[in-house]
Amino acid sequence: MSAVPSILEKLGFRKASGVGEAGWGHTLLVVVVAFIYFLPVLMIIFTALKPATEALSVPPTLSPTSLFGLIPEQFVFAPTLENFTSVFSRSMTVGGAPEDTGFDRFFFNSIVIASVSVLLALIIGTLAAYGFSRYPLKGNDTYLFIILTTRMLPAIVVIIPVILMFRVVGLSGSYIGIIMLYTAFNLAFTIWMMKSFFDELSPDVEDAARIDGSSEAKVFLKICLPQVVAGLAATFVFGLILTWNEFLFALLLTGVDTRTVPVAMNQAVSSGGRGTDWTLLASIETLFLIPVFLVTFFLQNHLLRGVTFGTVKR
Amino acid sequence: MTTANASTQPLFTISADNWKLAILIGFFASVLAAIALPASVSFWIVGIIAALIAATFVVNAYRRKYYGGLLVAPAIAVLFVMNIFPLLWSLGLSFFAYQSNQQSIRFVGLNNYIKVLTNDITAPDNWDALINTAMFVVFTVSAQMIVGFLLALLFAKQFPLRKYLLILVLTPMMLSVVASGVFFTYYFDPTFGILSYVMGNITGEQFILMDNKVGAVAGIVFADAWMWSPFVMLLVLAGLVSVPKYLYEAAAIDRVGSWRRFWTITFPYIRGLLMLALLFRTIEAFKLADLVILLTKGGNDTMTISYHLIRIANEQNKTSEGAAISYVMLFMVIVLTNLYLYLANRRSQES
Repeated sequence: MSAVPSILEKLGFRKASGVGEAGWGHTLLVVVVAFIYFLPVLMIIFTALKPATEALSVPPTLSPTSLFGLIPEQFVFAPTLENFTSVFSRSMTVGGAPEDTGFDRFFFNSIVIASVSVLLALIIGTLAAYGFSRYPLKGNDTYLFIILTTRMLPAIVVIIPVILMFRVVGLSGSYIGIIMLYTAFNLAFTIWMMKSFFDELSPDVEDAARIDGSSEAKVFLKICLPQVVAGLAATFVFGLILTWNEFLFALLLTGVDTRTVPVAMNQAVSSGGRGTDWTLLASIETLFLIPVFLVTFFLQNHLLRGVTFGTVKR
Repeated sequence: MTTANASTQPLFTISADNWKLAILIGFFASVLAAIALPASVSFWIVGIIAALIAATFVVNAYRRKYYGGLLVAPAIAVLFVMNIFPLLWSLGLSFFAYQSNQQSIRFVGLNNYIKVLTNDITAPDNWDALINTAMFVVFTVSAQMIVGFLLALLFAKQFPLRKYLLILVLTPMMLSVVASGVFFTYYFDPTFGILSYVMGNITGEQFILMDNKVGAVAGIVFADAWMWSPFVMLLVLAGLVSVPKYLYEAAAIDRVGSWRRFWTITFPYIRGLLMLALLFRTIEAFKLADLVILLTKGGNDTMTISYHLIRIANEQNKTSEGAAISYVMLFMVIVLTNLYLYLANRRSQES
């Protein structure tokens, strides 16, 4: 009996009381809205489960289950997991033997490039944000505005010289090049976000620690950093979502070995002149969605709190 | 605390922490190297000079216990190499005639800009691209703001299963543009798509969304708004949940109407975030190209300036003309964002 309330509480089943709390009626409304909003994603996931022959059936098949007879038989398909294995290994020619598609490599690339660059930006950006917040430079606001401007610029403006630069230095097609570029692109956002978090902290605790003889490094690591964990999580999630799906830079600056999933996905589904391979695209995207979905889900509470703290002056 | 005297150092003293002199020498050396030497050599020279300037900064900062400079230096270095330097390079490039698939390069002064502003952009086709971009900015941003705002209102309360429903609404933002764009062509497909199937059953005729401009624009705006409304929602939601509860309680006691309660209590808390969302989404909408490429390939008069730029710079290899267009575009974006910031600041000063 004792475990039941805690599970229910985790699901949000609390007594609706006070201002800003709503009950089941509101849940029902949001369920309908969220379902409609989620529908296109759901259809991608269902397409991934369809047999390849049914991808373009008329009328379109919609559901893997008839939901106890709610959905007419003509809209129901028999789900299969075949498409997910064909992401990694399939025959490239008609009737040919299954070949390795290299997608395990592309998934590995995406994970490495996105996580390393977002983490790097988080480390460098947090240091800079702490500097801007605690040790203001002369012309602090001007520096901050210039940093924000790099975020305002259309990616197109930067891409041409970056291509030329990478070609000259031999960085095009390497991990270092694309990771550095993504790091720079996440930096502006990271600095602005983390600075506002540090600004929110009360300086009294830090001053007390300084009087007690703590070094500047210790004040940063032991006192300030633990207080902004929520902000770090939020910044990480936002950066990850943007970097994970970035297409233009990856298309122009990665080589065969460093190709990320969005680029490979684009090539896999449009190659061969046979038109789009819908079930393949859907299964790649479904697999590709899982990591970022899980990260966002587990950091979600931080995300919401983080945004609140990061952007609203209290 | 450093005094005013300590921060002023004679410009021409040669010492390890005289960064002003380092910048001065470095600038001229870089310009000379860029002009006189081939690009592959001059790049490394410029790189080494930048590293030396950074070193003088570090020494200077360390000697004066200038932790701000030390902490900020790595970020500035990365941004300089990856953003600011490429931008200056492309600015320089826009004054030359250069094509990335050819070796020749020659100085043409403002010719690229003249070309872009008289023949290129002002040619009827390209004016259309610019007008289309403006149209997409207005439609997509306003759709995202409205949908995102309404979604945020729904999620602002505490209710059962909130956490699990919120992640469902956030998912479109996590999709790759490639996949969602291609799948929207599938949903909009005249033969196999769900939309045409439903509309066909209602009207009894075959329904083709993308065969005219209105339909094509509506399709692109719908897809874009669907993907990015969650972004607006998250920012607005952050504002909504930060409104102190006692304000609402006080309003309830004073029997303030819900309309007035929104404008006097809620709105001041979300105005900044609404402005931020508007700013970020406008900048993004100005860059709209991927969905257009995937959904219409610029057909049915849906060409945008950003897609036009990709064609010129990447497909036709007219690098320096592309750079000139970039800067014209950049100028417009900066004017637009500054207008926003100016209006935002003026509003917040009024209240």
